Amino acid sequence: MTETTETVLSVEGLTVIGRPSDVTIVGDVSLNVRRGEILGLVGESGSGKTTVGLALLAHRKRATEITGGVVEVAGRDLAALDERGVRALRGRAVAYIPQSPASALNPALRLRVQLCEALHDDALSAAEVDARVREVLREVALPDDDAFLGRYPHQLSGGQQQRVAIAMAFVGRPDVIVMDEPTTGLDVTTQAHVLATVRRMTREYGTAGIYISHDMAVVAELADAIAVMYRGEVVEHGPTGEVLASPRHDYTRTLLAAVPRMRTDVPDRERDGDLLRIEGVSAGYGRTPVLEGIDLTVARGECTALVGESGSGKTTLSRTVAGLHRGAVGDLWFDGAPLALNGRRRTVEQRRRVQYVFQNPYEALNPRKRVRDLVLGPYRHLVGRPDDPDRVVAEALERAALPASYADRFPEQLSGGERQRVCIARAVATGPDLLVCDEITSALDVSVQAEIVALLRGLQDEGMALLFVTHNIALVSNIAQRVAVLERGRIVEYGPVGRVMSEPSHEYTRALLADTPDFAPEGAAAD
Amino acid sequence: MMLRLVAIRLFFGLLTLWAVSVVVFAATQALPGDAALMILGRDATPERVAALRDQLNLNAPVTVQYAQWLHGVVQGDLGTSYSNRSPVTEVLNGPIGASLTLMGLAALVATPIALAVGAFSALRRDRAFDHTTSLGTLVTAAIPEFVVGILLILALGPGGLDVFPSVYSRNGGPEQWVLPVLTLAFAVAPPIVRMMRATMIEVLESEYVQQARLKGLDERTVLTRHALPNAIGPVAQVVALQLAWLAGGVVAVEFLFNFPGIGKVLMDAIENRDVPLVQAVVLLIAGVYILVNLAADVLGLAANPKVRVAR
Repeated sequence: MTETTETVLSVEGLTVIGRPSDVTIVGDVSLNVRRGEILGLVGESGSGKTTVGLALLAHRKRATEITGGVVEVAGRDLAALDERGVRALRGRAVAYIPQSPASALNPALRLRVQLCEALHDDALSAAEVDARVREVLREVALPDDDAFLGRYPHQLSGGQQQRVAIAMAFVGRPDVIVMDEPTTGLDVTTQAHVLATVRRMTREYGTAGIYISHDMAVVAELADAIAVMYRGEVVEHGPTGEVLASPRHDYTRTLLAAVPRMRTDVPDRERDGDLLRIEGVSAGYGRTPVLEGIDLTVARGECTALVGESGSGKTTLSRTVAGLHRGAVGDLWFDGAPLALNGRRRTVEQRRRVQYVFQNPYEALNPRKRVRDLVLGPYRHLVGRPDDPDRVVAEALERAALPASYADRFPEQLSGGERQRVCIARAVATGPDLLVCDEITSALDVSVQAEIVALLRGLQDEGMALLFVTHNIALVSNIAQRVAVLERGRIVEYGPVGRVMSEPSHEYTRALLADTPDFAPEGAAAD
Repeated sequence: MMLRLVAIRLFFGLLTLWAVSVVVFAATQALPGDAALMILGRDATPERVAALRDQLNLNAPVTVQYAQWLHGVVQGDLGTSYSNRSPVTEVLNGPIGASLTLMGLAALVATPIALAVGAFSALRRDRAFDHTTSLGTLVTAAIPEFVVGILLILALGPGGLDVFPSVYSRNGGPEQWVLPVLTLAFAVAPPIVRMMRATMIEVLESEYVQQARLKGLDERTVLTRHALPNAIGPVAQVVALQLAWLAGGVVAVEFLFNFPGIGKVLMDAIENRDVPLVQAVVLLIAGVYILVNLAADVLGLAANPKVRVAR
C-alpha cells in the first residue's frame, strides 16, 4: 500500500475464460506498472496477451468472460464501474494503441473527427479540444495544419497512420496506455521512430505503458520490466535487465534464443558459379517506376538477401524473378540460359527449378484443399503424375520438418508456422534449384521465425540457392552470404554479408543498421 | 475522378437502354398476328387493311421501321397506340404517375424499415429477434409477390378482418393503396434486411469499431458515426437492385389489385397486340431500372472516401 502514489496500474489474479467452452484463456495474471514506466508483455500468438491488454480497458472479446481478479487503474477498480463509468475511463484513464492502424482507423472519417472524439467528455470547449489535438500531433511529429486534419486514413503512409493512432491514444493524457504490437508490420526505420515516440511520450506524460509484443528484441529496447506469457499465464515477471540476463523459465530462454543476433563476422564463401543473373532489370506499376537498373547474381547454393523498407521494390524484384510481374524490362539468365520475364514463356523445366514462397501463409493456401493436394498440385503440373504420390508428399513434408501425417489436414487445422512450412514443402516438392522467399517470416512470431530460418539453412546445405527478401537486417546476417540493399528501387549497396554488416559504405545501410533494435542480453552471450 | 466515374456509368446506362430498345423492337416484331388486322377486326375488307398497313408503315423493312421508331423515341414521340388511336405518351400519362406513386410509397415504407430491422438484427446477433427475422425474411423471400398479395387480401381484405379493400376503384379512398403498397414492400424488403444484417455484422466486428468503443464513445455515436457510414456503400447496391425490381414487379401486383398503372396498361397492350404501347412501357421499365442502379452506384461511390478524395 505504500506504492499507491506511484503504481498506477495493478492487476491481481485476472482470469478470463471462453464461453461456452469454459477454456481458460488467461489464468491468474498479476501485473503492476508505475508512472512513466513501460511493461513489456511478451508471448507468442495465442498466449493471451491481447486478452489481458483488452481487459485493462474493461473490454472483452466475443464469447469470453472475465471470471476473476481485480484490475485497478489509477486507484479505480474496473469491475465496480457501470457502463457510463467504463466509458469515462476509456480514453481518459486508459487508452489503446492497436496493432494495425490501417484497420483500426475508420476509413470513412476524417482524421479531425477521429482525433477530437477521443476527448469526448464535456469538460473542454471546442477551441480547447482543437488546440490539444494540434499539440499532440506536433508531439508525434505529424503536421498540425487544417489540410492534414481534413485527410482520410487512406491518404497516409503506414508509419503516419501509426503515429495518428499514438496521437489518438495520448490526446486524452491517459494514466495507462495499452499498446498491442503497434510496430508489427512496420519496417525497421518506421519501427525505430514509433518506438522512440512511444518512449518519449510515456516519460513526458508520466503514463504507465503496457507494450504487447512477440519480439523480445523490441521489448528489450523499450521496456523497464518484462512479463512473459505462456499459455495464458505469466511465467516470468521482472525488471528487463534481470529477465534478459538470467531468465528463469525455459520458455523465456526459448524466446531469447529465437531473436536473430546481428552478426558481423560472417565469413566470405567461395562462389560456385552464377545460377541466376539479373541484368539491368527495371519494372513498374503503370506509369510509376518501382525498380531501376537492377544488377544482381545468385550463385549456386548461395543465399542472397534483398533488404529494404516497405515500398523499396523488394517484392517487385522477387516477383519479376519468378515471372509473376508484368511490365518489367531487362535480362534474366538462369543456369546460363535466358529466362523469360513473362513466366508463361518459360519452359516447364525452368519453372520447376524456380519456386516461390509467399509472404502471408494465411492467404497462400487454398482453404478447401488438403495438405496432400496442395503439395502435389505444382508437382503434377511441373514434373508429372507421380507413381507414388504418398512418398512425394511425405518427402516434401519431411524436408519442411513436418510429419507425414499432416498430409490429410486442411490449412485451418494448422498454426501460422505450420502453414508456412506447408508452403515451403509445396515449393520444394518439385526439387527447385532456386527458392524465392518473399518476407516469409514477417507474418510469424519471432520464435516461429527462428524455426523457419533454421529450416531454410538446412535446405541451403542441401544445395538449394535462396533469394531471401526481408526488412529485418539482423535476420540477414543469420542466413545470407550476400546482401543487396534496396532503396527506392535501386541497389545502393551489394556485397558479402560480413563486409556490409561490419563496414557499410552507404548512408542508407548505416541508417538501417542503426534502426535495428540492438539486442545483446548479457546472459545469452554466455551460452 | 468522381465525375468521370459517374459519366462512365451514365454512358453504359444509355448503352444498355439502347440494347433493350433493340431487343424489345425485335420481340414485338416476332409477335404473331397482324397489327392492322387486330385493329380493324375480322370483317375488314382487304383494301382497308392494306391502306392501314401502309399508314402504319408496316410494309417497310424492319430496320427502317426500327430507325423511324428510335428517331421518334429520342424526340419523345413514342408513336400512336393502335387500340385507341391516341399518342402513347397521352395514354401513359396517368398510369405512369399512379405506378410511380405506388412504387415510391412501397420504397418509402420498405427501405427504412428493412434497414432498421437489418441493423437491429446485427446488434441482437444470435438472439431471438435475429433468429425470428432471419426465418421471416427467408420465408417471405421464397414466396412470389402475388401470393403475398393474396395472403394479405385473405387476412386484411373483405374475406378476413375487412380493414382494407382488395380491389382498386376510381372513387375509392386512400385506404385502397394500403394492400398494394404492403405487398410490394414485403416483396422488396427481405434481401435488404439480410444484406444490412450481414454488412452491419462485418462492420461491427471491424477493428475501427472496436477502437471507437475503446476510445470510450457511447454506443449511439459508435453506431451512427463509425458503423453506419461504412455499411451504406454495400447495402445501397442491394437497395437499388430491389427498388429497380419494383419497376417490373409492379406489373403482377397491379394486375392482382386491378390497379390502373403501367403494369395494367402493359397487360392490356399485350392482349391487344398494341405494339407501340408495349414497346414504350418496356422501355420505360428498363429506363427506371437503369436510373435507380445508376443512383445507387453514385451513392456507393460518394460513401467511399477512397473514391471521393483522390490520394
